[in-house]
Amino acid sequence: MIQTLQTYWKTFPPLLQYLIIFVIISGVAGGIAAYLTYFERKVLAAIQSRIGPNRVGRYGLLQPIADLMKLLQKEDIVPLRADAVLFRAAPYVVFTSGILSLVIVPFGKGLIAGDLHIGLVYLIAVSSLTVIGIFMAGWASNNKYSLYGAMRSIAQLVSYELPMGFALLGVAALAGSLRVSEIIEKQQVIWFIVPQFLGFLIFLITGIAETNRTPFDLPEAESELVAGFTTEYSGIRFGLFFAAEYLSVFIVSAFVTAFYLGGWLSPLPLPLSQALLNLTTQVLANMGLEKSFLPTLLLFNSMFWFFLKVSACIFLLFWVRATLPRFRVDQLMGFAWKILLPLSMLNLVIAGLEGIVWNLFYPT
Amino acid sequence: MSPLEIVREEETDQVWLNMGPQHPSTHGVFRMLLKLDGEVITECKPVIGYLHRGTEKIAENRMYFQIVPYTDRTDYLAAMGGNLGVCLAVEKLAGIEVPKRGQYLRVIAVELNRIASHLVWLGTWGLDLGVMTPFLYCFREREEILKLLEMMSGARLTYNYIQFGGVRDDLLPEFYPRCREFLQTFPSKLDEYQNLLGNNDIFQMRTRRIGILTREKAISYGTCGPVLRASGVNYDLRKNQPYSSYSDFDFEVAVATEGDCYARYRVRMKEMHESVKIVQQALDGLPEGPTNAKVPWFFKVPKGEVYSAIENARGEYGIYLVSDGTSKPYRLKIRAASFCNLCVVPELVKGMKIADCVAILGSLDPVFGDVDR
Repeated sequence: MIQTLQTYWKTFPPLLQYLIIFVIISGVAGGIAAYLTYFERKVLAAIQSRIGPNRVGRYGLLQPIADLMKLLQKEDIVPLRADAVLFRAAPYVVFTSGILSLVIVPFGKGLIAGDLHIGLVYLIAVSSLTVIGIFMAGWASNNKYSLYGAMRSIAQLVSYELPMGFALLGVAALAGSLRVSEIIEKQQVIWFIVPQFLGFLIFLITGIAETNRTPFDLPEAESELVAGFTTEYSGIRFGLFFAAEYLSVFIVSAFVTAFYLGGWLSPLPLPLSQALLNLTTQVLANMGLEKSFLPTLLLFNSMFWFFLKVSACIFLLFWVRATLPRFRVDQLMGFAWKILLPLSMLNLVIAGLEGIVWNLFYPT
Repeated sequence: MSPLEIVREEETDQVWLNMGPQHPSTHGVFRMLLKLDGEVITECKPVIGYLHRGTEKIAENRMYFQIVPYTDRTDYLAAMGGNLGVCLAVEKLAGIEVPKRGQYLRVIAVELNRIASHLVWLGTWGLDLGVMTPFLYCFREREEILKLLEMMSGARLTYNYIQFGGVRDDLLPEFYPRCREFLQTFPSKLDEYQNLLGNNDIFQMRTRRIGILTREKAISYGTCGPVLRASGVNYDLRKNQPYSSYSDFDFEVAVATEGDCYARYRVRMKEMHESVKIVQQALDGLPEGPTNAKVPWFFKVPKGEVYSAIENARGEYGIYLVSDGTSKPYRLKIRAASFCNLCVVPELVKGMKIADCVAILGSLDPVFGDVDR
């Protein structure tokens, strides 16, 4: 099945290939963002002893679609004194930067839209694009609350980018590569969460900060700044900001999974998974389906583990949101510069030492 | 160009930010004009009056029994206290003696209402600090109290339960087991909130040493209730001027000395524990007998004036009543606890951050029906 698809794929002109990839990624992004809102509402409801959405469709499963419909029908308000062009463009910039990160998300073995050799650098570069969109929104709204939200957001994202970068350097040092697929394959021996536990914590914390979520949700702190930089937005433009936030939740979880939790690798011990693979191969060979079916099965297997780990990560983020209060702006900055940054440097030293030990046991 | 000029060039403008009256964390219709230097507040001008309904003026044109429902609407989160305040003042002037059972029922009603009011405060303050879950937990517990109060009075928010001479109805038989069950389970719920919120590091970072109100300032501003007691003043009208049989009950006055937001949090949490104790004792020692002294609907209050105050959830709820001997008051002044506590806001928020301002305002627990009256 996979092989036939691949042979067809190679006959397409490159431009068509890019277009198809773009459409698929955008669709995936929209779907993920929409259904994460549902997932979050259900998780929060369970934690807060409520029921959550249960009216639209069975178990409220059509709720995101209903919400989308509602947002599309809303009036698209542009404030009179706003900078209309920037104001209109900002949501797209924010959402696009989310989609760009999706390019290197390893959904499964071989299922990466573009497995760039500079994957890590690309991730850091693209994820900081969000700031531009947020500042455009805050500035163009011509509203003091929006401006304050945007200022906080920039200060926060810029400060948290540094420890995040240092934490990722640890991963790159251990893996000896910046390519996401190679980083994952390197974890066949041991998931990086074990040697890089400190780095994992730093990346998780900075990741939550990058998504602007509790306890780092100062840019849109409801009780202080009403809605931060989205105060003046309505309709689908607000929806895009909203979707971008959930998309970034997915992306952070995906990269936590990829860099620290072994990505698509199965958590089963190697002999067991090898035995299972042999068994499956034999069964398929007996049925005469080995050639056509095995690669598909392996792909789905890797996707299953990837999405399972990502879901666990996302659940953790939602859990944090339900539990923790919000930092104050100076505490937030102090935390980034005084605690996380030194710790991330320490982590880099640890990673270097571990790299030496690693090379003793597994010389390249 | 001299160095001085460079500095002047880099000076930034201060921004006036209009916070409220429509704002998620102004607890109703409070408006603050904040002068901001970056995130720091350099000046705060509070604006009140958006919920002014002229309760005191209306009271001058109403028969005494008609005034009680209006007091429900002053401090609407602790409406029983409003009822009790006005009833005590009128009874004091008219010389009405309330039977013991009536007094105990009043205590049960007011203390349950105090817990409900503090729960709303805890939940909404949590929302101010950015944590959502305690709000829903608090409202879950408050719901049980509201059901109990509904059993007593038939209403969930504006009770009009306490009347001149006693209370409107005796308790239903179903009330006792349900109330006892609530009293049994509730303290463990409070511990749960303490673990979820009070012991949280971020919560403590946001509330400790924030908005410190010194003992002297607390007294000179005329603050009252938990705000005063959190500043180290051991003053509780239930102890200092016992009314309505409060001297029969054994309870402690919650006092803290730090005067910061966290101290106010601790005082209110302790008060909820103490209220549970009081209700428990009142239920156990509930005397038999009539709930109500015989008071006619229309009655004239002898000429004179009186001030009577009770300890409501937010502090001293005082009624100053002047009677000219007719069936309507000549003047009825309500001393609102929230108003006095709110007065300290401009002083406390100066030099703090926007986020602190929200935390401080929430810790004072103002109710704007009470502030504006």
